Amino acid sequence: MVELDILKKVNDIFIDVLDDEEIVIDATTTADDVDEWDSLTHIQLIVAIEKSFGLRFTSQEIQEWKNVGEMLNCIENKNK
Amino acid sequence: MKNFNQIKKNLKKDFSSFKGIRVAVLGDSSTQFLVQAIKGIGFDRKVNLTIWEADFNQIERQVMDPVSELYEFRPEVVVLFFSSHKLLEKYNKSNLGEQAKIADTEMSSIKDLTNQIHNQSGAKIIIYNYSEIDDAIFGSFSNKLPSSFLFQLRKLNYYLMSYASEISNLFICDLSSVQNQIGKASFFQPSIYVSTEMVLSIDALPLVGSRTLDILCAIKGDFKKCIILDLDNTTWGGVIGDDGMENIQVGSLGIGKAFTEFQYWVKKLKSRGIIVSVCSKNTESVALEPFEKHPEMVLQLDDISVFVANWENKADNIRHIQSILNIGFDSMVFIDDNPFERNIVRENLPEVTVPEMPEDPAEYLEYLYKLNLFETVSHSKLDTDRTKLYQIEANRLKTQKKFTKVEDFLKTLEMYSTVSKFTKFNIPRVAQLSQRSNQFNLRTIRYTEDDIKKIAISEEYISRCFTLEDKFGDNGLISVVILRKEENKTLFIDTWFMSCRVLKRGMEAFVLNTIVNLSKEKGFRILKGEYIPSLKNGMVKNHYKELGFAAKKDFWELNLKTYKKKNSFIEINKTK
Repeated sequence: MVELDILKKVNDIFIDVLDDEEIVIDATTTADDVDEWDSLTHIQLIVAIEKSFGLRFTSQEIQEWKNVGEMLNCIENKNK
Repeated sequence: MKNFNQIKKNLKKDFSSFKGIRVAVLGDSSTQFLVQAIKGIGFDRKVNLTIWEADFNQIERQVMDPVSELYEFRPEVVVLFFSSHKLLEKYNKSNLGEQAKIADTEMSSIKDLTNQIHNQSGAKIIIYNYSEIDDAIFGSFSNKLPSSFLFQLRKLNYYLMSYASEISNLFICDLSSVQNQIGKASFFQPSIYVSTEMVLSIDALPLVGSRTLDILCAIKGDFKKCIILDLDNTTWGGVIGDDGMENIQVGSLGIGKAFTEFQYWVKKLKSRGIIVSVCSKNTESVALEPFEKHPEMVLQLDDISVFVANWENKADNIRHIQSILNIGFDSMVFIDDNPFERNIVRENLPEVTVPEMPEDPAEYLEYLYKLNLFETVSHSKLDTDRTKLYQIEANRLKTQKKFTKVEDFLKTLEMYSTVSKFTKFNIPRVAQLSQRSNQFNLRTIRYTEDDIKKIAISEEYISRCFTLEDKFGDNGLISVVILRKEENKTLFIDTWFMSCRVLKRGMEAFVLNTIVNLSKEKGFRILKGEYIPSLKNGMVKNHYKELGFAAKKDFWELNLKTYKKKNSFIEINKTK
């Protein structure tokens, strides 16, 4: 999957899980930038992304991401 | 079933029209998502859960301190979640001697906690049991070694069951069963656990939340009382009208096993006190034939309270069944293999629960097991007679049709009532009725056996329960009144409910005559009543007015001196 497609898909997941049509994310977006993205909803996002892309993140990966860009890289690598 | 994301969206909706329950949740692992799941599922069940959640791992501190936030919250129900992971952690840190006794140690500590909750508040308690962790230290040999973790975990689950079977205000929510149903890989996600201390996966939350709500709703009186069965391809394989009795599949023929096992399941429900009815699109005599003649039928006519087989539409037939049973549509479950029939009932009678049965009859039971349709918070031996009582009622109604004047019919019934105080024999039934009665219930206060026992011995209360029998049969205990002493020679009617089976017999008048006499004997001058409206008790809105009470602000008062005995065709049973 091309990175732009992955970003769109993840953006849709953010919109659905956080229940906010207005959310627009890019590679630099962090939890500080999005109101509803907290430690709890973070878990929901991870599980939703895992389901949507059909993959599993390791506990190390979950802890390491600092922003959306790192998340997208991880997804892209796993997809290969 | 909705997933967690969908459930969470319910949290933003308007709960204000639903009945409320105050629930405290305390866990030794992360409970935030569980609390969200419970509250969210509550919306779909039409309950507004006001939840207080303890901080992480604060169970002991909150429970043992009599002035803690837990008690300040005044919970009606306290939910305790002791996780298997924390149990394993304790086990791992213990020496060999302690490991061999960890089930005993934990049970003792749980008893201390539940006793303290019991002493400090009237709250009911729900405890999750332990989902299994097989640490594979001994393999299957764990089963032979008392000191192994698995042996101790299973022992602890057994201790919980034993304890719960003795304490009526304590309920176990079967987490272990949920893990069995969905499998450990779905139930527990290690990567999430390591980061967050969440022992339930996002996928497990809807089912765990649902099982928790099943108990909370049952505590509030919302539970299923009746199962209505289609016949063709539901109770047996094939179509009786086309295939004939020799070719329907039940027992050893074809996939008959699926239907036989289903029938055994229904038979168990009947024994438990769930009313079984039949609603089939068939000529009656044709539908009856397998019950009367097929040697491998497990369900017998004796098991069926109301048997309806005709060519009318099923929604109308279910309305007819409801009018005989006099229970709410929302306490009925309708099982039919035909999606067309299911939809008709769903659209016309939205309150009836209509499971979306799997296409393959082999899957019926596993699907129904998972739905957990028949949660309850009480059970008495008298439940087993319920089917018989409804069959008797059907007979009564047939006779009633022959009379044009109700009074003439009532006279011929030869009705008697036995009036008693609360005794150890009737207390279980009294408590159960307080939980089941929705329509003829003036204040809808739910009592458990423990609550009734306390009232029975308290000087503050005067209570009576009433049976009703007639020439057709005995309805058993069907009405309860609890009076509480107030100042100024006044008795407040804390509780007055009656089973809907005996409406329109003149029981209200009989009960009032009885309690007026009783109150006068004890020197009281005024009976004071209150009507607390609920979603289901509209029928008794004018109860006190119709009995001649006078309205006094939010209450109703009856002057005992000027009371004139009311007419009723019920006599006191002097022989008992």
